[in-house]
Amino acid sequence: MPFFMAVAHFYWLKTKDPVYKNITKAWSKGVAIFFATGAVSGTVLSFELGLLWPNFMKNAGPIFGMPFSLEGTAFFIEAIALGFFLYGWDKFNPWFHWFTGVIVGVSGIISGILVVAANSWMNSPAGFDYVNGQYLNIDPIKAMFNAAWFEQALHMSIAAFAATGFAVAGVHALMIIKRKNIKFHTMAFRIAIVFAAVAAILQPLSGDISARDVAKRQPAKLAAMEAHFKTERASPLIIGGIPDLKTKEVNYAIKIPGLLSFMTYDDFNAEVTGLDRIPIKDQPPVAITHYAFQTMVGLGILMLLLSLVYFFALFKRKAWFNAAWFLKLFVAAIPIGFVALEAGWTVTEVGRQPWIIQGVMRTSEAITPIPGIRYSFYLFTAVYLSLSLAVIFMLYRQIKMVPKLYDNEVTRPIS
Amino acid sequence: MIYVVIVYLWVALLLYLLLGGADFGAGIIEMFTSEDNKAKARKIMYEAIGPIWEANHMWLIIAIVILFVGFPTIYATMSIHLHIPLVIMLMGIIARGTAFAFRNYDAVVDNMQKVYNKIFVYSSFITPLFLGIIAGSTVSGQIDVHANTFLSAYIFSWLNWFSVTIGFFTVALCGFVAAIFLIGETTDPADRRRFVRKALQMNIAAVIFGALVFISAITDKIPLVQWVFGNPVGITAVSLAIISLIILWYLIYNGRSKSLRLLAGFQITMILLTTTYKHYPNIVILKNGGYLSLLENKGADKTIEALGMALLIGSVFILPALIYLIYSFQKKE
Repeated sequence: MPFFMAVAHFYWLKTKDPVYKNITKAWSKGVAIFFATGAVSGTVLSFELGLLWPNFMKNAGPIFGMPFSLEGTAFFIEAIALGFFLYGWDKFNPWFHWFTGVIVGVSGIISGILVVAANSWMNSPAGFDYVNGQYLNIDPIKAMFNAAWFEQALHMSIAAFAATGFAVAGVHALMIIKRKNIKFHTMAFRIAIVFAAVAAILQPLSGDISARDVAKRQPAKLAAMEAHFKTERASPLIIGGIPDLKTKEVNYAIKIPGLLSFMTYDDFNAEVTGLDRIPIKDQPPVAITHYAFQTMVGLGILMLLLSLVYFFALFKRKAWFNAAWFLKLFVAAIPIGFVALEAGWTVTEVGRQPWIIQGVMRTSEAITPIPGIRYSFYLFTAVYLSLSLAVIFMLYRQIKMVPKLYDNEVTRPIS
Repeated sequence: MIYVVIVYLWVALLLYLLLGGADFGAGIIEMFTSEDNKAKARKIMYEAIGPIWEANHMWLIIAIVILFVGFPTIYATMSIHLHIPLVIMLMGIIARGTAFAFRNYDAVVDNMQKVYNKIFVYSSFITPLFLGIIAGSTVSGQIDVHANTFLSAYIFSWLNWFSVTIGFFTVALCGFVAAIFLIGETTDPADRRRFVRKALQMNIAAVIFGALVFISAITDKIPLVQWVFGNPVGITAVSLAIISLIILWYLIYNGRSKSLRLLAGFQITMILLTTTYKHYPNIVILKNGGYLSLLENKGADKTIEALGMALLIGSVFILPALIYLIYSFQKKE
């Protein structure tokens, strides 16, 4: 979102069209709300790691903590830059002010990459030797640059742009349909949708890289994602369906022969490890992982198609931009990026079970000894749910106020 | 490098106590301001802390990250035995942060503002209260790693007179720092008088709770008197704090606004120094005479090395930017 804001801000400084300034200001309020809630939930996160998984942190803290300590810096820079940006209108050189907005975005992305690098270590532990229950020869730098960090960080960064882009664009599309501040919303829509569309087109490529690596490193996770029960050559790609754990079959699914083998190993005849090669006690929950994966991929493809439609309209059918059906497509797409994103996290986290550190420590060994932890879980779930609702409520009120706050524009549709 | 890391941990705690404390204090002051003056007090506070407020709370994250990367055993022990106060403190942090953001960025002004304000002031009180309780608990000697009942393992580790009085003492300190800070932010004599009165009230509260801390230390058999007065550093720090407090009040009653913050900051520094110096490097004191030492519970050497470097490099980026931020938004006279 800070990047959308910086683009609008750039246009304002270049064209001096006040609508761009208004868009920048309106978006910066959103950024501020996201940052404030992100900052408190980030604080909570750094405590929760210990509150929930003290035994994990006792051993893993020194190994995978490196990205966290760097992330602290990036987060701090983001907070400082945001202070400059939000309160710095008309106080500084305009380009310095613009630059602080860019810094908010850049340090935000860096924070995200670092946190994901910490998570990827749990999938692909590195930077230590595990000997007789002891963690020896610890090297935090190697741990940070573990084998999975790049593809996970790439996938997540692109997802962030796609999810935010579609959500923002969709909201503005809705306002265009309602014929409110059309110029404002059209210009905002066009900035957001470009980010969303480019990200959605790139995402399948990054997903492909991720899946190939998962196949190599975490065959159990891949098998669960695909509900791939039986190890075999020329494995089919299973789309949809209901995995039946008893019969080891996937019912009502579309199966494309050999495609899974091809997608993971570039060879239609390659052997893909199935769940039958994984001991029962090391298997992740198949159904959740499979459904989450299908959801993510399905919505990803939807976003890809929408993006192609957008570019087609942009280059060939400009008239569509004023058509209600066209805008409605994007309104419908408001939540899908975020749903896909959460589904993706479900895949990587549930798919790693029963391990908290893949192949080294089980989640059950990591948990805090305090009894009644479920109440803590209920409490935090309730808090986060209400936090999400509060943020949505707050954003709704921002959008509602657009006509009042930024009402200095034409109400005619632009072509 | 381990000492670099320890210094950073200490400085992060100090800055959080000072800057975050001033933020909490602003809410505490608002809580104790009469209805008629609340809106005005709020406006001054908002102008004063708005731009730097997010940054002020980063120090806690820095401190906790240093703890879990560098000293994981200590972090894990605290997480287990102080689970409940930590959760309450986190609730306070969430409520406060969101309420602050919402009341400043909510585009619609209606009755919701009252809700945000309520949440903001209550959480401004509860969060430092529990921070103080947690800090008190680390040295209260009540954390029992071998406890076998729920109460002794998870409740009495923090629910004791000593920890609780430290909690209230922390609240009073935050209010005091905020009041002093706000004196410098206002030019209107009536506002100034109001903040001076608040500073005085908070100062008195701090003295009362400070005395109660000592009394409860005696009843809870904690050698606090010896920690504070049993060594030259402690005695010097306490004396300096008292002298600077006298100077501070002298300046306030002579209508001066400059140097007040420095003096208040100096006092807080001295208080933290006194309370941490004697039992350093034992950051957590356990039941039955055990303790967790920063030097004995550090992570692997390579980790400490990398953490120290990260902190040093981080400060090269953070400090100049932060100082420029604070400088840029200072009240221009």
